[in-house]
Amino acid sequence: MLEIKNLHVEVGGQKILKGLNLNINDGEVHAIMGPNGAGKSTLSYAICGKPGYEITEGSVTFKGKNFLELEASERAGEGVFLGFQYPVEIPGVSNINFLRAAINSVRKYRNEGELAAGDFLKLIRSKAAELEMDPEMLKRAVNVGFSGGEKKRNEMVQMSMLDPIFAVLDETDSGLDIDALRIVADGINRMRCPEKSILVITHYQRLLDYVVPDFVHVLANGKIVKSGDKSLAIRLEKEGYAGLGIEENVA
Amino acid sequence: MVSTLETRQAVEEISGDYKYGFVTDIETVKAPKGLSEEVIRFISAKKDEPAWLLDWRLKSYKKWLKMEEPDWAMLDYEKPDFQDIYYYAAPKSADDRPKSLDEVDPELLKTYEKLGISLQEQEVLSGVAVDIVFDSVSVATTFRKALKEKGVIFCSISEAARDYPALMKKYLGSVVPAADNFYATLNSAVFTDGTFVYIPKGVRCPMELSTYFRINEANTGQFERTLIIADDNSYVSYLEGCTAPMRDENQLHAAVVEIVVLDEAEVKYSTVQNWYPGDKNGIGGIYNFVTKRAACRGLNSKVSWTQVETGSAITWKYPSCILQGDGSVGEFYSVAITNNYQQADTGTKMIHIGKNTSSTIISKGISAGKAQNIYRGLVKVMPNAENTRNFTQCDSLLIGDECGAHTVPYIEAKNPTSQIEHEATTSKISDEQLFYCLQRGLDVEESVSLIVNGFCKEVMQQLPMEFAVEAQKLLGISLEGSVG
Repeated sequence: MLEIKNLHVEVGGQKILKGLNLNINDGEVHAIMGPNGAGKSTLSYAICGKPGYEITEGSVTFKGKNFLELEASERAGEGVFLGFQYPVEIPGVSNINFLRAAINSVRKYRNEGELAAGDFLKLIRSKAAELEMDPEMLKRAVNVGFSGGEKKRNEMVQMSMLDPIFAVLDETDSGLDIDALRIVADGINRMRCPEKSILVITHYQRLLDYVVPDFVHVLANGKIVKSGDKSLAIRLEKEGYAGLGIEENVA
Repeated sequence: MVSTLETRQAVEEISGDYKYGFVTDIETVKAPKGLSEEVIRFISAKKDEPAWLLDWRLKSYKKWLKMEEPDWAMLDYEKPDFQDIYYYAAPKSADDRPKSLDEVDPELLKTYEKLGISLQEQEVLSGVAVDIVFDSVSVATTFRKALKEKGVIFCSISEAARDYPALMKKYLGSVVPAADNFYATLNSAVFTDGTFVYIPKGVRCPMELSTYFRINEANTGQFERTLIIADDNSYVSYLEGCTAPMRDENQLHAAVVEIVVLDEAEVKYSTVQNWYPGDKNGIGGIYNFVTKRAACRGLNSKVSWTQVETGSAITWKYPSCILQGDGSVGEFYSVAITNNYQQADTGTKMIHIGKNTSSTIISKGISAGKAQNIYRGLVKVMPNAENTRNFTQCDSLLIGDECGAHTVPYIEAKNPTSQIEHEATTSKISDEQLFYCLQRGLDVEESVSLIVNGFCKEVMQQLPMEFAVEAQKLLGISLEGSVG
């Protein structure tokens, strides 16, 4: 599904990723852990095409397509979703209208017709119910006045509506209480199937109690320095990065 | 905001061009170039006006000769050469004063079709009566019969001068006096056409009324004058729209709008201003120097101004309310968008004279490119105005880092019981907001349009349904190319 080779990324002239390799196959869930400043968020932005993240070397291939040639919105159209660490507020634009505009843009990219208003409403109501979101929240402006947990839950509703084939979840678990964590994990697990893949970026092992990854990678100093299965995450939690011989926050 | 959908489609279709920029090739009658007593007599004679009105014009002209163009606005422009302008231009065919739509020059009807304005009365769907003003004359007014049955007078101001002299004499210049300000006085001397509306006592106008202003001729100024009178217990919703061809030289549009609202009456006045804004380098475009004022004379009377200003090279405009009647209400909802080299100095004046009067001001300024956007507003509470209230909210949105937004509020409270609130914010469309939208699949234009429409929502929802969709499309189009 996703193949990243020797990826070098600069932001504002600063080298953040320095030769990162990552291969994610259909149906796999990968987790990336790493100390602050290792380049975890940069990796998610580079995959999704955020302007300002300059790829100086390497390649990102998604479903056989050279991803680096596509704009951010086109990558979304290809079926990539990014769950943000800090979802932004968009005053005056209701969740419903935002999602409707987003879904129809993605459908247009795929040469599909617009979703009829009635079908859209049915879908969004059922998704909100699945993720235990109050339907009133759908009428409120995107993330405006939402608590940290509500914002993350909203990301899960958006993910569920947009139905991506590959999701990058950037510290979606941070700032969540245990109930919200369960709901987010539930959202991720619902997506899990042989055709879809997920990349979870997290600081803590606790999310991985709910979402069991096929692979765990440690990102430090712009590179993947260690890969393994779930036991690697547990070891990390116990021994810390230093225990694995990884310097914390080299930058 | 379901219609952001339409906004997006419009953005795709139109790809950045001002789609109203064409010129209609039509035989025209003009006054000699420049301004003089003879030209004013020429205009008055063309309109077949009564003597008192010619006198009023000439007096205004004499006053204007002694006035100086104001320079307090935060605007930078080359002052017009008043002798290099045609003050009257009209299609030759309009000379015969067509009695009905069938007699109107087909070339003119085609022009409005192209502009998307329906003049066909049988198209009840549109349900809006239109007065169309082409350069210096009103060329057609629809639904007049249906309105007349209700006692509503809806005609051009030139006709009103001939047919309703009592109302005209009583109210013309009663809200904006002839000597009010430089451009209003110029307008009083040379105004050519515009709309006259009278809603009789107890009548709720059965449909939206609107005027569509079109400048066509080169080197021609448009000096329209509109007078709306809402008698006791009446209601009317009125909308104006405007467009002009693309030209390299600046053209002057100096209008005056007067509204009189009597006991318990309400007037809702909406503007979608889309004059040619000039090109990307700031060449050409309309100078929009307009005086709009409403007098709430009656008890509990109400005026609501809603404006969406997207066009014009320069906008200088402060739709105001004189809240004279006890319990009267004034509202001002404004969206002003400036892109490229456009400049807008706009806002309102709320003058509280009566007791228990209240006013609301919501202003949304959006600035992109190298444009400057200024909110300038006055809230004045007179000594006898007990228990008045005002709430003002001015929000500015900047797109890019070469544009400017300025807020200049004036508050004069002479009564200690008044409550005045003022809130102001300035924000930018952040890269984070933009990327968030992009990541969800929206392209750059769609994202900007969505964010801007959200920013303007409080104002947009004040527009009559028929025009809200059109206005939302405009927001997207005006900002094209402003990001990325």
